[in-house]
Amino acid sequence: MRRVLPGFGPAMGFTLGYLGLIVLLPLSMVVLRTAGIGWSHFWEVVLTTRALAAYRLSFGAALAAALINAVFGVLVAWVLVRYRFPAHRLVDALVDLPFALPTAVGGIALCTLYSSRGVLGHALSQVGIQAAFSPLGVVIALTFVGLPFVVRTVQPVLEEFDAGQEEAAATLGATRWQTFRRVILPAILPATITGATLAFARALGEYGSVVFISGNMPNRTEIAPLLIMTKLEQYDYGGATAIAVVMLVISFAMLLLVNRLQAWSGRRVST
Amino acid sequence: MSRRQVAEGGPARVLLITVALTFLALFLFLPVLAVFAEALRGGVAAYWAAITDEETLAALRLTLLVVVLAVPPNVVFGLAAAWAIARFEFRGKSLLITLIDLPFAVSPVIAGMMYVLVFGAHGLLGPALLARGIHVIFATPGIVLATTFVTFPFVARELVPLMQSRGPEEEEAALVLGASPWQMFFRVTLPNLRWGLLYGVVLAAARAMGEFGAVSVVSGHIRGETNTVPLHVEVLYNEYRFSAAFSVASILVLLSFVTLGVKRLLERKAHGDRTPSADLPAAPTALPAPAPET
Repeated sequence: MRRVLPGFGPAMGFTLGYLGLIVLLPLSMVVLRTAGIGWSHFWEVVLTTRALAAYRLSFGAALAAALINAVFGVLVAWVLVRYRFPAHRLVDALVDLPFALPTAVGGIALCTLYSSRGVLGHALSQVGIQAAFSPLGVVIALTFVGLPFVVRTVQPVLEEFDAGQEEAAATLGATRWQTFRRVILPAILPATITGATLAFARALGEYGSVVFISGNMPNRTEIAPLLIMTKLEQYDYGGATAIAVVMLVISFAMLLLVNRLQAWSGRRVST
Repeated sequence: MSRRQVAEGGPARVLLITVALTFLALFLFLPVLAVFAEALRGGVAAYWAAITDEETLAALRLTLLVVVLAVPPNVVFGLAAAWAIARFEFRGKSLLITLIDLPFAVSPVIAGMMYVLVFGAHGLLGPALLARGIHVIFATPGIVLATTFVTFPFVARELVPLMQSRGPEEEEAALVLGASPWQMFFRVTLPNLRWGLLYGVVLAAARAMGEFGAVSVVSGHIRGETNTVPLHVEVLYNEYRFSAAFSVASILVLLSFVTLGVKRLLERKAHGDRTPSADLPAAPTALPAPAPET
């Protein structure tokens, strides 16, 4: 069939040119700069104790936050879809706040709240838990940042869930908990995993909300993006780009994984 | 138990709601309240003084300028990319869609760093530009570029699925009836996309206004010159001027409430012409579902 629509050339040309200029060229500079420092020096930099501690914290805290959000995200989605309570619509709207709120604002608010002088930090310190300026503080900040993802992926699935299946389970004698575990949970699991992975990917690179509450102690509360920042401030560009390459490789792997997951959960949702 | 269970009993219901709201309070509501409580701690006069301070106003002006300069190129890109992807078949289409999402996968700190590597004093183009007196890094152009990068995918990822969900029939009809390509674009394509386009712009503008990590790397924190509002908040906070920091932060909180309100409104408006895949988290950093292969 002959193509009738015009403008493929200019549209495609602009798309590729702009993508190249804004995204691909600057990104390739990171790889080029890292190549300049040599293979052995690269491994020295990315495998220092301090760098390893930073990856470990970034990964561990992002994973912990994603798991917290997976559990509570499903709960919040459930409560929002199934129940009505005062200020229901306001609460529903506010769930998106971490997407709209500048991360630095979230960061200083959480730090104030969870430091030993803050309301929640003081309460936690009474039971011997130090929240701010500890790895726990990093988890708190990353939980805040990733909060909307699971809620917003699970919510539409729950809304479209066929109540007939629940009735059938109940008629066949299932308890409410059995119905949830055997009927509802399998239906929302793909969306939950997708949402948690999105939250995890976001948390890996997060900077603004974490720097205030973490205390930024090398080897203890220093996340990988902060280590890059520190190296940049010391004009150690080779070191900064080397750590950045490690993070980029991991982030791109996450991006591909997320695309796969969404294709999977999208199929599951539509059937 | 004789009652058929298709819903939780009253106590279970109350318990679930309580746990969910407690979680949201600890991580969401209380932090927002803390911003306002800290902002007003020094009294209304101090609050007003902090937000009308000359440095705060300079930061607000710069932030506004950055939003106005960084978002429009991404709108043009979003329209071009959507037209190419949704209306034509070509090899490597799914790769292109993945590449558009790439900026979401890059840590903001790395995003800022990339531009330092290109435009910095020891970068690829930096020395040549500096020799001509053009400052990109530690100046407004660098902030605009870094912001353009972090807001890059927003408009495109709204428009691509939206345009895919509407077939090319209306546009083909316009052309057959004698419209010129630009007439078709402005009278058919653009009106059909308007809510999705606005939605993408709102999300991009919100992110542009609040970007911290990327801007932090390229700005150099020169007060009254290269401090955006979030950076100004950081400076005040690090100087232990807490109420001033929270006062300025409260402006950003109010703006993010406006963003959420407008977003809701647009979601309702666009509900009719949004695809199911576009209902997935329309999050600044969420990655979209891969477009269905046609």
